[in-house]
Amino acid sequence: MTALAPLLFVLPALGALANLLAGRRANAWGHWVGVAAVVASFVVGLLLFFETLGLEPEQRSREVSLFSWISSGTLDVDFGIRLDPLSLTFVLLITGVGSLIHLYSVGYMSHDPGRRRFFAQLNLFVAAMLILVLGNNFVMLYLGWEGVGLASYLLIGFYQDRPSAATAAKKAFLMNRVGDVGLAIAIFLLWLELGTLQYTEVFARIGEVPSGTVLAITILLLLGACGKSGQFPLQSWLPDAMEGPTPVSALIHAATMVTAGVYLIARTNPIYNLTETGRLVVALVGVVTLLIGAIIGCAYDDIKKVLAYSTVSQIGYMILAVGLGPAGYALGIFHLLTHGFFKAGLFLGAGSVMHAMNDDVNMRHFGGLGRRMPITFVTFGLGYLALIGFPFLSGYFSKDAIIEAAFAQEGWQGWVFGGAATLAAGLTAFYMTRLMIMTFFGKERWKELKAPDGQDYHPHESPTTMTVPMIVLAVGSVFGGFTLSAIGLYEWLAPSLGELQELEGGALPHALVPWLVVLFSALGVLVAYLLVGRRPTPVERPERVSLPVQAARRDLYADAVNETLIERPGIWLTRALVFVDNRGVDGLVNGVAAGLGGSSGRLRRLQTGFVRSYALSMLGGSVFVVAALLAVRFA
Amino acid sequence: MNPMLIILLLVPVVGALLMYPLRHNVPAAKATAMVTALVEFLLVVVIWVGYDTAAAAAGTRFQYEFSVPWIPAFGTHLAFGIDGIALVLIALTAFLVPGLMLFAWAEKLPEGRTASGYFALLLATQATLMGVFTATDVFLFYVFFEAMLIPMYFLIGRFGGPNRQYASVKFFLYSLLGGLIMLASLIGLYVTSGNVLGQGTFTWTELQAIAQDVPTSTQIWLFLGFFVAFAIKAPLVPFHTWLPDAGAEAPIVAAVLLVGVLDKVGTFGFLRYCLPLFPDASQALAPLVITLAVIGVIYGALLAVGQKDMSRFVAYTSIAHFGFIALGTFAFSSQAFAGATLYMVNHGLSTGMLFVMVGLLVARGGSRLISDYGGVAKLAPLLAGCLLLAGMSSLALPGTNSFVSEFLVLVGSFPNEPVATIIATVGIIFAALYVLWFYQQTMQGPVRGNAVIKALETAGAGGPGAMIDPAVAASRGAGFPDLTKREIGVLAPLIVVIVLLGFFPGPVLDVINPSVQATMTELGLPDPVPAGGTSR
Repeated sequence: MTALAPLLFVLPALGALANLLAGRRANAWGHWVGVAAVVASFVVGLLLFFETLGLEPEQRSREVSLFSWISSGTLDVDFGIRLDPLSLTFVLLITGVGSLIHLYSVGYMSHDPGRRRFFAQLNLFVAAMLILVLGNNFVMLYLGWEGVGLASYLLIGFYQDRPSAATAAKKAFLMNRVGDVGLAIAIFLLWLELGTLQYTEVFARIGEVPSGTVLAITILLLLGACGKSGQFPLQSWLPDAMEGPTPVSALIHAATMVTAGVYLIARTNPIYNLTETGRLVVALVGVVTLLIGAIIGCAYDDIKKVLAYSTVSQIGYMILAVGLGPAGYALGIFHLLTHGFFKAGLFLGAGSVMHAMNDDVNMRHFGGLGRRMPITFVTFGLGYLALIGFPFLSGYFSKDAIIEAAFAQEGWQGWVFGGAATLAAGLTAFYMTRLMIMTFFGKERWKELKAPDGQDYHPHESPTTMTVPMIVLAVGSVFGGFTLSAIGLYEWLAPSLGELQELEGGALPHALVPWLVVLFSALGVLVAYLLVGRRPTPVERPERVSLPVQAARRDLYADAVNETLIERPGIWLTRALVFVDNRGVDGLVNGVAAGLGGSSGRLRRLQTGFVRSYALSMLGGSVFVVAALLAVRFA
Repeated sequence: MNPMLIILLLVPVVGALLMYPLRHNVPAAKATAMVTALVEFLLVVVIWVGYDTAAAAAGTRFQYEFSVPWIPAFGTHLAFGIDGIALVLIALTAFLVPGLMLFAWAEKLPEGRTASGYFALLLATQATLMGVFTATDVFLFYVFFEAMLIPMYFLIGRFGGPNRQYASVKFFLYSLLGGLIMLASLIGLYVTSGNVLGQGTFTWTELQAIAQDVPTSTQIWLFLGFFVAFAIKAPLVPFHTWLPDAGAEAPIVAAVLLVGVLDKVGTFGFLRYCLPLFPDASQALAPLVITLAVIGVIYGALLAVGQKDMSRFVAYTSIAHFGFIALGTFAFSSQAFAGATLYMVNHGLSTGMLFVMVGLLVARGGSRLISDYGGVAKLAPLLAGCLLLAGMSSLALPGTNSFVSEFLVLVGSFPNEPVATIIATVGIIFAALYVLWFYQQTMQGPVRGNAVIKALETAGAGGPGAMIDPAVAASRGAGFPDLTKREIGVLAPLIVVIVLLGFFPGPVLDVINPSVQATMTELGLPDPVPAGGTSR
């Protein structure tokens, strides 16, 4: 059965290839090939999953070595697959949610002339993402890692005649590459210390590595995770990535690719287990990010940007969870899965709204859409409730578990981590309620407006290919959390992540935490209702707002900082270097001409004996050749 | 005495000579040239198949050896032979030339120039390259090293862009200066070998055998002579300023051969001559070279972003890449050596493809200025896709050929040169920057740029000042057409090899590995990372 494993990524890769090479004649059916490839991959994933489930827990980690990829001296990098509970969990998430989003895209992209290209790139993404999670060594991980980066670049820039899309795509790739440098150097360090890059050997022998180096490796891996997962300080590319088509935002920039950083840390848990400092840095990055995301999410009027910052914030929770070590790895993955469901559903809902509203994303132009598109309203609403942690919906189980574990930390960490996570839960409830009210409730503001393309708005429910995936994801958002905890997700993941540590002690009694979180969330909803629901929403964005709102609207100045510290100095440096290089040309050429005369004299003095005459004759010959060549006129 | 390499050398010479009688029959000349290039490629395939990697691993330094005395008084031989490093480079050369001929098939040449002359010079360049990579006599190598300049000089000077005179003379002077310094070292080497052996020699294996007996101070002087020549050829910063001019003014096919292959003679020279013949000097001076290499990685990348001319842009990206190759060459581990060697091949492929893409753009728009193009993806999506792939290979995306070599260079350099490696790794951000910047300027966004607009207007897609409907122009296939069948024929082999080598570099690495192991032995160095790593 393990022989089927390569099909997981080969099928979507073939789908991409077929769509790329078939040319225009495939315009009519290429998208169905794309859907079929991912669905087939999902079926293979299910087969492998059930087969693995039938094995004893100790035997559930298996390796499939395909061929030797890069080999030189003592270095031997395998092109191989690791099938274990962690990778299979991701396979099912990627291909499952991926299938739904491919299906949705058939409807969503039906009017787009570039639909075939879109499906090729989406398939390419699925293939790369599967390689990322299935690889059995760090170089395979890197292959998938940059592969999804390319797919993300292509898809963010899909509407390539929009300059803003092209710029956003470039920004995403560059900020990811900053993280990739960290990942690459971590790989170099591992190879230097251990002489291998295979997971099994690295994890078995990581104890031999000096503790300082282990800490360095964990920080460098974290840098990689920050780039891919939009974590502080590399978060600002993710909201810009919303330039891509909405199914891309759902699949790549919410459910799967951006969670790769969480995967990386969970996968390398044997390394993180060795360094408390390393884990603390991870948790701090998570806490800072979850606050940043939640704060900025409150200020935007662009429905996709609010969801994007929500993603930043929710991944912050996951990073915080895996930063808690053995008490948190499985919690991070749990939240990753439930978030995959409800955030993908929310994005698809947002896409459905945009589809109905002439691709407008400004929530100030919406209002009262609940009556016009009931399926979208209900599915989106369920996703909303799941995200804010409404009791017994999926977000309630996964997010609460993380906050509980955060409060269970000793000393200041318990208060800071737990407190920040609870506060952000309240903010999440606020910005999501604001989004709900502005979009689906209240006055139908769009009636008096023209769409950006000059047409009237005619909101309508989306076609079946779009609503079915939304319904499936909404069902997942409702029951996912309960089901996953009931069927024993933590025990299933234990062979990959270790046993989940029981919580004990900490800042607050465990029984109190759920109540506290629900209280904060309810407060957030209430404040949003009072501020947004009870008052008319102006169609134009008010410009005279308080300082915090201004700061949040400018992404807490992340781009401004990047611009002042990196972009501008970089441009000046480049200009200066070009100037110097061009000036240097003339100087050097003159130097060469002068040197030519001098060197012959010096050469002569170097020689002794009869060799000299030969040297001189050769030199003479050379000079003759030069003279002859220079005499040739090219006209 | 295996005649294969002599045949390999003579085939393009004969082909070039045949161009003269055929000068008035252009189609026949082109066909003959193409057949010659294909025969040469087949020869290399045969040589590759016959190359015995097991024997190389067992210690056979050169294969297909051929040697006859040349100037007995000097002790020079017409001696040829290849190791794995030379083999992959002659394979690269033989692989590129037929495609370049196909590219040049319908090229508009400057007034008064004939295609037969053009193709003759291409074949002559190929012949000298084959000679330079297969020579195992240092003097013979020198002769080819200098001879290589002549056809390239004429290719640039006679067939190049508007500024070709300046560029070709500059190229020639720089190279010649380097050659002369090398000549001095060469003679010094001969004298030194005479002191050690009692009789001077130019034979590489004999010189290598006595390398450890030469005092370090002498080695350093001799090393520097060779080094300057190779550093100019490679080129390393600060010896690089001839390359942007030559690369920009050369016709595209010559630019591909110049930057893709001819420059590799410099880095090949480091590996074949500097390291094994002057092992102590190489180690003593490695910090200097590594510093220059790392400066090149960053400097070349930053300058690439500042360029206005597409060909100069590609030339500067190459300077950054040469930094990686030089870093790997002087980091003294078998992974870094193998990576540097593979990098030479991969850079030839990716930069070759980038230059070809530039050529295709210039053929449509008639301008080399980056700002004259914009939004081309809308008009010519296939062309844009190919440019992106070439760019991805240039920034060493995993899954393309260049990743394997760049990874090997970096992972292999890290143990001995951690700081330099980290700086070079930061260089991969800059690589992404220049590739994506270039792609965005020329391919993405709305259709714009003087060259594009002019091409569309002349094709009648819109009058002066009228809104140009790109869809109309594209559907007519006029103005700014997408790739033609012949152009796809030029690009397809490159694309296939770029992707295949990304996933299956094994066959090439198998050829390279024994020879870089031999180089490690000649240096007298163990691999810095033993099996099991340094922790064990």
